[in-house]
This record gives sequence, C-alpha cells and structure tokens, in this order.
Amino acid sequence: MDISDKTIDNIAKLAKLFLNEEEKQKAKKDISKILGYIDTMNKLDTSDIEPVSQALLAVNVFREDIVTNGDSRKELLSSAPVKKDGCFIVPKTVQ
Amino acid sequence: MDLTNLAAIELGRWIKKGEVSVREAVAAQLAAIKEKDKIYHCYITVLEEEALVRADEVQEGIRSGKYTSPIAGVPIAVKDNICTRGVRTTCASKILENFVPPYSAAVVEKLWQAGAVLIGKANMDEFAMGSTTETSYFGATKNPWDISRIPGGSSGGAAAAVAAGEAYAAIGSDTGGSVRQPSAHCGVTGIKPTYGVVSRYGLIAYASSLDQIGPIARNVSDCAAVLEVISGNDNRDSTSAPQRQYHYQEAIKNGIKGMKIGIPADYFSDGLDKNVRDSVLFAAQLLREKGAVVEEFKQKTAEYAIPAYYVIACAEASSNLSRYDGVKYGYRAPEKDLGELYKRTRSEGFGEEAKRRIMVGTFVLSSGYYEAYYNKALKVRAVIKKEFENAFSNYDILLGPTAPTTAPKLGESLQDPLKMYLGDIYTVAVNLAGLPAISVPCGLDQNGLPIGMQLIGRPFGESDIIRAAYNFEQAYRFSARYNIQNKKEHIENI
Repeated sequence: MDISDKTIDNIAKLAKLFLNEEEKQKAKKDISKILGYIDTMNKLDTSDIEPVSQALLAVNVFREDIVTNGDSRKELLSSAPVKKDGCFIVPKTVQ
Repeated sequence: MDLTNLAAIELGRWIKKGEVSVREAVAAQLAAIKEKDKIYHCYITVLEEEALVRADEVQEGIRSGKYTSPIAGVPIAVKDNICTRGVRTTCASKILENFVPPYSAAVVEKLWQAGAVLIGKANMDEFAMGSTTETSYFGATKNPWDISRIPGGSSGGAAAAVAAGEAYAAIGSDTGGSVRQPSAHCGVTGIKPTYGVVSRYGLIAYASSLDQIGPIARNVSDCAAVLEVISGNDNRDSTSAPQRQYHYQEAIKNGIKGMKIGIPADYFSDGLDKNVRDSVLFAAQLLREKGAVVEEFKQKTAEYAIPAYYVIACAEASSNLSRYDGVKYGYRAPEKDLGELYKRTRSEGFGEEAKRRIMVGTFVLSSGYYEAYYNKALKVRAVIKKEFENAFSNYDILLGPTAPTTAPKLGESLQDPLKMYLGDIYTVAVNLAGLPAISVPCGLDQNGLPIGMQLIGRPFGESDIIRAAYNFEQAYRFSARYNIQNKKEHIENI
C-alpha cells in the first residue's frame, strides 16, 4: 500500500518523531514497501478465527498491593539528564 | 594449553577440582578479550576490574560451599539489553548511551547466585531490532569465522564472543530469532526457551508478547546447564510460568530411539541455500540412524509468519519505546519546549531501524488501520499457533534450518530492510507460538561458514529438543571437525 505525505506526518506526530524532508521521503518508500509485503497476510482466510495476543494461555496475575521496594530516589535520579532538588526537570509547560 | 578453549562446564569442573583458580580463568578470559575484541568487537563494555574482584569472591564461595553450580567461576557475557546494577546498559542505542540501571535483571541475579563471573556486556542490534548487529550505535560486530561478514543478530556480540573464545557462554534475548540465528551464523549453540520459562524482569522490552531470554554456548550440555540456572518462576514478571525449577541436564542422558521428528516440507522450498539444505537433510539422516523416526509433513502457514511477526513486533515496540522521552534517564536533546524536547530527543537518540519499526508499529495501531493490520496479524498468529499444535499431535519435535543462508557480507542487509526481515523466515513462527527451539551447528558451506539447524519443541518441551540436539552433536561432532583456526583447511576439504 502507498503511504501519503499526510499519513507520514500523522505517524510522525503520533510517534513523537521529527523527520526532515529527506527522512520523510525515505520513510514513505520503506514503509510502503514493508506494508506491501505485510499485505500477503490477506491471502490467509481468517474469517472464523479469534485473535490471540499471547502465545500461551495467559491468566491474570494478582498480588497483594504491598510496597516491597525501598526509597530509591537517589539512584533513580542519578540517571536523569537534568535534575534539581530531588526532582526531574522539564522545560516550562505553563505560561 | 589455552584455557579459553574449554567448554563452560569443563572449566567449572577444573575450578572445582582446584586445577585452575577462578582468578586464572578470569585473567585468561580478559587477556583473550584484550587481544581479539579489537578485531571482532563483541563487547560494548568489558568488566575488567569488577570481574577480577568477583573472581576472588567466587573462589572463596566455592571453598565455603556457597557456590555449587556447574558454572561457578565461569566467565559469562550478557547482552547489553539486560540490566546490570551499577553497570552501563545501553541496548546499543545512543538514547541509552549513559544509562546505569538501579537494579539487576532476574537472570543476572540468578547467574550471580550460581557463582558465574560477569565478564562483559555484549554488542547487539539497537534495541534488538535487526538480524546483523550492524544497527548498533557502537558499531558492528564481525563474524569470527570471516570478518568480512556479519555475525547475525540481534544477539550477534554474544554469539560471536562465544565462538571467538571471548566468553565461555552468553545470555541473549530472542524476539524473532535473535539467539538462534546468530548462533547458527557463528557455529555455536543457542536456545530460545518456551515463553515464560525465563524471567524477563530487567530485560529492556522490545516486543513483550514475543521476547524471551536464552543461553548461547559452545555445546548443548553448556546450554542446558546455563538454562537450568537462569530459568524458573519469578513473580516480578507476570508472564513467568509457575514452575520454580527446571532440570535440563538430566535430559541429555537418554537416547532418541523412537522419537518422532517432523520436517515441515515448505521450509525446504525456494530461497533455501543448497549447502544449508544438504547439511540439514544430512542431519535428519543421522538422527534417523540414531533411532528417531523422521518424516516430512505439510505446513501451510510458513509464508504468513514474517508479515504477522513484523506487525506484532513493531506494534509492541512502538508502545514499549514510547518511554524514551529524555526526562528520567538517557539522552536528552537541548530544547526549550517540552513537545519539541520529546521529538528531538527521540529523533536524535534512536537509530534508523528503531525509528522505522516505531513508525510501522504506530501505523498498524493507528485509527483506520488497526483492524486490517494489527488485528489481522493476531488472527494469523492464532492460525500459526494452531498449526503447530496439530503438528505436535503427530511429532515430538520439528526439524529444519535456522536461517535460509549462511552469514551475509557486512553492509549487504542495510541496503534493503525487507530482505533482512526475510532472513528470519524459519525463526519468527516459534516466537509467535511461544515454543522452545534450539539452533545447533550442523556443517560448513563452501565458503567455510557455519550452518545451523533448528529443533523446535512443544510448549515446555525443552528436554526433548536438548536431548535430540545432544544426540546429534555427539554423532556429528561439529567442534571436533571444524574450528575457526583451521578454516582454510576446511574449505579445501568440503
């Protein structure tokens, strides 16, 4: 299937990716080709088939809502690119 | 003699008997890495100081009876998408270039409790997305059998390290063939266990309904020993199977007389290299001679496995990789606006293949396309799973090639992503169905490159495939016939 400029712009927006014009054209070409191949799935009749999202039958796994980990603020913040006063810093979001 | 040529549990035995100290083994391993890794580039991080400190601790632990496993004291590599507390874990991506995890993965804890020595973090395709290890931000790994070729992927650094004598065994991850295919290309053995057998706690997620961690080693017994160590229930991974412990080393003791082995006929159709085909069929004949009943059968869904796999894997990846936003850890682009910060960080932090898969995944989940792509793929997955169930009502295990060709040249696959995806044709269906599979070396092609065959088992049927693989290994004796050092000689004899 062919991907339009509008579709690529929408995908990039949803995926939070910035693409320059050259990258956009390459992505259009690559993704169209991949989707064209993916379309071979349509040869298989699946009209009476229930979709499965897990290979082996999964059941819900429950546990008591008890905190088991300790305070790891310092360790977690140690990987943060920008931090201040024990918090993550992001650019200002409200004027 | 060169200590680094020993098999993992052989070294474990020498250490236990006191013939080699753990420090000697670790020092020999580090020396080999120092010499060879500038050629092969199997590692992103080598744990030189940590491994030597650990060596002394393990030596004392073996003496006191704290460490009793067959891999106590053995240097082992871990793929760099598996978290190691205090040790940089990059996923071979710029976006995690400086990420130091605050905790260790369950498999790392288990290796630690078994007395293994973590020697380094192995190179891989970025976020495990690729079949060549060329998408690594840190540069490609080279195949130790021929450095003009790729080692396979995504666990290419791990498989190459085991083949090159830079690790006794390694831990990889397999979402669509990433343990088995590089094992085949590097002439080593790798297992992708049943979904749920090994805890993924601490494995950086790519496609969660497919991801599974597995061992790579120089022979079947080593693989079985390492898998026994890393498997078992863990309540921190909600997909973990309930069994607490598995016993795989027992499996190798028995023969395969009467074992029913099915060969899917369509795995041998167009696109399969002749050398690969001949080697795998020769292997089938050997298994027959050992008493197995081997026969062909028809499987109709092989051509749908790759399309369904890429839809599902990309969809899950687009969701899993949305967490990389430049705020809590990892790379961050300098921006003054939050929206722009997210976009720039992700565009600059992710490589081309990761971005491509995020975009494909975003597309197949987007409004208007979900039904035709994502939901369709889930239905195809159901059909594939059912077809395997039918096959296992007739056969104990299935046999086929691991990859359609031997290792391609470096750079070839980067030109055409679709062509690279097609190289996963024999491995992805196993992940879609959650089954266990092992890749074992079964020959060399006319260029002297290793060929791998794949044995697929029913859910939790690891013992069956390990037993068959061990019997084949003993009959064929790949590592006694061929080794990397004498490559020229092999080509003359083939």
